[in-house]
Amino acid sequence: MAKALADAPPKGGFSFDLCRRNDMLVKKGIQLPGFRKTGTTIVGLIFEDGVILGADTRATEGPIVADKNCEKIHYMAPNIYCCGAGTAADTEAVTDMVSSQLQLHRYATGRESRVITALTLLKSHLFSYQGYVSAALVLGGVDVTGPHLHTVYPHGSTDTLPFATMGSGSLAAMSVFESKYKEGLSREEGIQLVSEAICSGIFNDLGSGSNVDVCVITKGKTDYLRNHQLPNPRTYISSRGYSFAKGHTEVLSTKIIPLKAKAEVAVVDAMEE
Amino acid sequence: MALRGDWVYENNGGTCVAIAGSDYCVVAADTRLSVGYSIYTRDYSKICKLADKCVLASSGFQGDMKALQKNLSAKHLVSHVHLHIYQHQHNKQMSCPAMARLLSNTLYYKRFFPYYTFNILGGLDNEGKGCVYSYDAVGSYERVGYSCQGTGGALIMPVLDNQLKSPSPLLLPSRDAVTPLSESEAVDLVKDVFASATERDIYTGDKLEIIVVNATGIRQEFLDLRKD
Repeated sequence: MAKALADAPPKGGFSFDLCRRNDMLVKKGIQLPGFRKTGTTIVGLIFEDGVILGADTRATEGPIVADKNCEKIHYMAPNIYCCGAGTAADTEAVTDMVSSQLQLHRYATGRESRVITALTLLKSHLFSYQGYVSAALVLGGVDVTGPHLHTVYPHGSTDTLPFATMGSGSLAAMSVFESKYKEGLSREEGIQLVSEAICSGIFNDLGSGSNVDVCVITKGKTDYLRNHQLPNPRTYISSRGYSFAKGHTEVLSTKIIPLKAKAEVAVVDAMEE
Repeated sequence: MALRGDWVYENNGGTCVAIAGSDYCVVAADTRLSVGYSIYTRDYSKICKLADKCVLASSGFQGDMKALQKNLSAKHLVSHVHLHIYQHQHNKQMSCPAMARLLSNTLYYKRFFPYYTFNILGGLDNEGKGCVYSYDAVGSYERVGYSCQGTGGALIMPVLDNQLKSPSPLLLPSRDAVTPLSESEAVDLVKDVFASATERDIYTGDKLEIIVVNATGIRQEFLDLRKD
């Protein structure tokens, strides 16, 4: 029996055959496609009534800003949200995946999801991919056992903290938390401190920028404050504007293809009740 | 052809733009100095006044920018340096076309250990017309009607091409490269392209320094840019 188990192919996990093949290809000089890695500032803290999460809204591709107003606070469950830093596709995929597992779990149990469940699902997925799924997360929520805040690293290790920061702006944001965080903050004080930490990342870290998103989770209620602050408006708008005369781009040929006529739906007698 | 084992340069980012008009020249650069994801300072001037009617804007490695500016200053001019060789020998300020050749020679002199800088020289020529000279790091240069260099250069250049439409240098008889815009229109365009580049280039921002050279002299202007 034990022998049979040992011989069986491993279930799940990650096949590293392709990693070795890719390493070989890179050594031969083949360029692999890049990913959209978001330089990011994401934070979270526990206040007297629950958890507050915060994020900036800049997504970068190298030195270029790819998205000036992206959403980095992802939905996990009505009472749980998760901020993501790292490769945008990974943070999105991993939070969506766990979110749907939580939904199914709620259908099966008829109970509200717990933060620890989301944390376990996230870390076991990330651990099995040995860091190749590059998602660094700040997970926060309020469940039957109270408010919880966790950080999750790409390799699957996790922390449980009263306040947390992640991403390239994490040092700038943490310096604000370390100097001003205290236990039992009020809702307004909490939002103010989170916004200040995110702004510290926005202004001092080039990977972070644009606006401040905040998510306040309390028992039985979640407020997603999208674009809570807009500290970076455009500084100059040309008074002249730009106008392009009609015919600026020469039309060389024209061909019009009419849409196909709609298929007719036959009217059939209604089925008997 | 790596003559040096180590990479001794850094790119400190930043963007420069210059536009030549019929009787003026606008030279502009942002004042952010950064490396990687960090900002070193939000207030570093990349523009250097070399003569009465000649200014140099550089981006690239700050150490080389400074060394190059010092080198050019010492070789000829600037009243506060006691070594104003050119001024001493010729009893006049160096003209912009002459400065352009001096800059090219200075860059090519270090062909195999270059100044890691990307320069634009702007000013007025001997007839009082606006002139812009654009360079690569080792001294290849050309007189143009407008130019931009630096980390935001690729974002700005197509807008300038669209708005200013330089005639082909291959046309015969050769056409004037100066732009048809008035001075205030050119300054407005420069402010707008920098505000736009700042939206999308993480290394451009904080503040814009604008130098306008015309018959009355040199004027300086500032505009705040996004600081994120």
